[in-house]
Amino acid sequence: MTAACAACSVAPLAEETAKARGQQFALPGIHCAACIGKIERGLASLPGAGDVRVNLSLKRLSISGPAPADRILTALSDLGYEAYPLDTEALARASDSEGRTLLTRLAVAGFAMMNVMLLSVAVWSGATDATRDLFHLISALITLPVIAYSGQPFYQNAWKALRVRRLNMDVPISLAILLAAGMSLFETLMSGKHAYFDAALSLTFFLLIGRYLDHRTRSHARSAAKELTALEVPTAQRVEGESLRSVRIDAIARDDELQVPSGGRMPVDGILLSDTALLDRSFLTGESAAQTVASGDAVQAGEINLGAPLRLRATAVGEDTSLRRMAALVETAENARNSYTALADRAAQTYAPAVHLLALAAFLGWFFYDGDIRHAINVAIAVLIITCPCALGLAVPAVSTAAISRLFSAGVLVKHATALERLAEVDHVVFDKTGTLTKPSVVVPEQMTAEQRDIALSLAQHSAHPLSKAVVTALKGATPVFLTDLTEHPGHGIAAVSAGVPVKLGRGAWLDADFDGLGLRIGTAPALPFEVPDALRPGVKEALSGLNLPAEVLTGDAPAPAKLLADRLGLPVRAQARPEDKLARLDALKAEGRHVLMVGDGLNDTAALAAAHASIAPASALDASRNAADVVIMTDGLESLPLILRIARATRDLSKQNFSIATIYNIIAVPAALAGYATPLAAALAMSISSITVLLNSARMRSVK
Amino acid sequence: MNVLVILIPVSLILGGLGLVAFLWTVRSDQYDDDQGNAARILLDDD
Repeated sequence: MTAACAACSVAPLAEETAKARGQQFALPGIHCAACIGKIERGLASLPGAGDVRVNLSLKRLSISGPAPADRILTALSDLGYEAYPLDTEALARASDSEGRTLLTRLAVAGFAMMNVMLLSVAVWSGATDATRDLFHLISALITLPVIAYSGQPFYQNAWKALRVRRLNMDVPISLAILLAAGMSLFETLMSGKHAYFDAALSLTFFLLIGRYLDHRTRSHARSAAKELTALEVPTAQRVEGESLRSVRIDAIARDDELQVPSGGRMPVDGILLSDTALLDRSFLTGESAAQTVASGDAVQAGEINLGAPLRLRATAVGEDTSLRRMAALVETAENARNSYTALADRAAQTYAPAVHLLALAAFLGWFFYDGDIRHAINVAIAVLIITCPCALGLAVPAVSTAAISRLFSAGVLVKHATALERLAEVDHVVFDKTGTLTKPSVVVPEQMTAEQRDIALSLAQHSAHPLSKAVVTALKGATPVFLTDLTEHPGHGIAAVSAGVPVKLGRGAWLDADFDGLGLRIGTAPALPFEVPDALRPGVKEALSGLNLPAEVLTGDAPAPAKLLADRLGLPVRAQARPEDKLARLDALKAEGRHVLMVGDGLNDTAALAAAHASIAPASALDASRNAADVVIMTDGLESLPLILRIARATRDLSKQNFSIATIYNIIAVPAALAGYATPLAAALAMSISSITVLLNSARMRSVK
Repeated sequence: MNVLVILIPVSLILGGLGLVAFLWTVRSDQYDDDQGNAARILLDDD
């Protein structure tokens, strides 16, 4: 094997994906114009990149050319950006047709509202008789078709609720819009003084704003979830006779023979065919030390191959793999979470009946007072329009949209609709250790010469082992040298020849040294040891000091490294916790009345992630864990953790403030409407002012630090 | 009052033009990357 061919083993897969269509990458770290310019210019010179386009809102990069994915990733990391390839199949460019329709309805309502408002101003400022009737008629001609078109989302939702004999916020909204338009048409034909066409339209317009914001938040969450599935390109290499073919994981059948490249994940459960293999099982067990398995041993989906490419025979595929079974467990737990009632729904449940009763009372009161049905209906409709939950419809969506986009720009994906509300209630944090708080690192010995550093870096660059990657990070700045005869010895290390001298990077015993850890040996000189501590993920200390909440660590790792971490962080640590133990601990905390936030990444955490009151996973987590978590942190460090909680609390507080604003406005306006003093002008003013106050109050989310 | 015969259609047509322009921007994906478009204006080249 030559140096050039170290990359050959990865190339076929990359080309296969590239041929399909354009490629997409997630870029969690980009935030400004300079990043766009740097990436687009930097990649344009790459051969085969084709059209390069960065989408800053989605933090995504699309490339139309056939350049291999690994080369693009290298180029991006040279430019200084974290990047993850996305599976274009999974993204499937689900164009957001619902959001588009809402935006169109919103635009049509806005157009009609402004025109009708123009005519209404003329009426309010004194147009009388025939002029007024003409203006009212023109307003009717504009309003009626627009209401029929733009109001559809409300009518549909209201009808859905009424059919199952329930009330939701859309029932009073639809009633108010339809009755206002109907009554105004009648008044116009009768040459009446008051017409509420502008009110009907501005109701539709303001509520559609709320609806659109709400939709954007949801579709953001959905596309975030989609992006997470897309992070894992679901292909595997099947052995077909002498050659390898890259196939989608769902096309793998039982008894297929598969090859897993070094650094790759087992796609399915199976039996090892290669003689030995070195596996990282920390995702399943939380144990940080790699494990050696022999031919005939079982391997499970999700484990990472640390050694040379290995072969396995599939024994369980698709829904039967242990990974899937675990995910199914999680889904059951998630259903419990879905029963959490959001703040807005709770408000709607009390609000809708109250509004209807109030309007009915107004109608009956006036009818028995002066016996004038037309007047009584007018007052009842004015009450419905005034109380119509314009501000309520905006209260939550305006705030959560602002919060979610704030978090997104900090590299945090919010996946679940009620996640922020649940995060705001958190009062206890449970961390997983391996992969969440710590990751393997390497300390370069002081006495190492520049030449030795260069050789160590070049060796490490050719291996996918986490320790090799850590060596590459630790040796940033060294210049790689040319190596030949590169071979990787699974479970031992990597060997090559540099300028005629054999060089080796690997386990101490394999280098004939007296230490056991990682070392470098050049020629016949004694091996140099590297220190390999369990390093904290960046930002962990800041996150812990910023949280200000009781925290603890539950880990599946052995007691010794767990103890070390406990001393370093000053947190209570429980070692050798199995998934059931983690779950039991969470249940115990729940029984104490605590709202627990679980932060974890491994498969052994998924049950705990789903069962906790709220949960956060890092992007490096296994997809089952990311699916179970409410929030995924896309950046490498954990320093955004306190920010997430602060924003969640600010979201709750601002939403509650918005509800208070809406209530105060109703307390002032409803008595006036009940007394029959609500003119169309008063209704229009009150409605606009309350909605704008709520929107302005939500904009304060920006100042949350 | 005859001026109304001209002014009302004019206001409707102008508003309608704005609406059509907006619908065109929606259809041609101009709201897909609002932050990116805001930032791109600061780039020197292209």
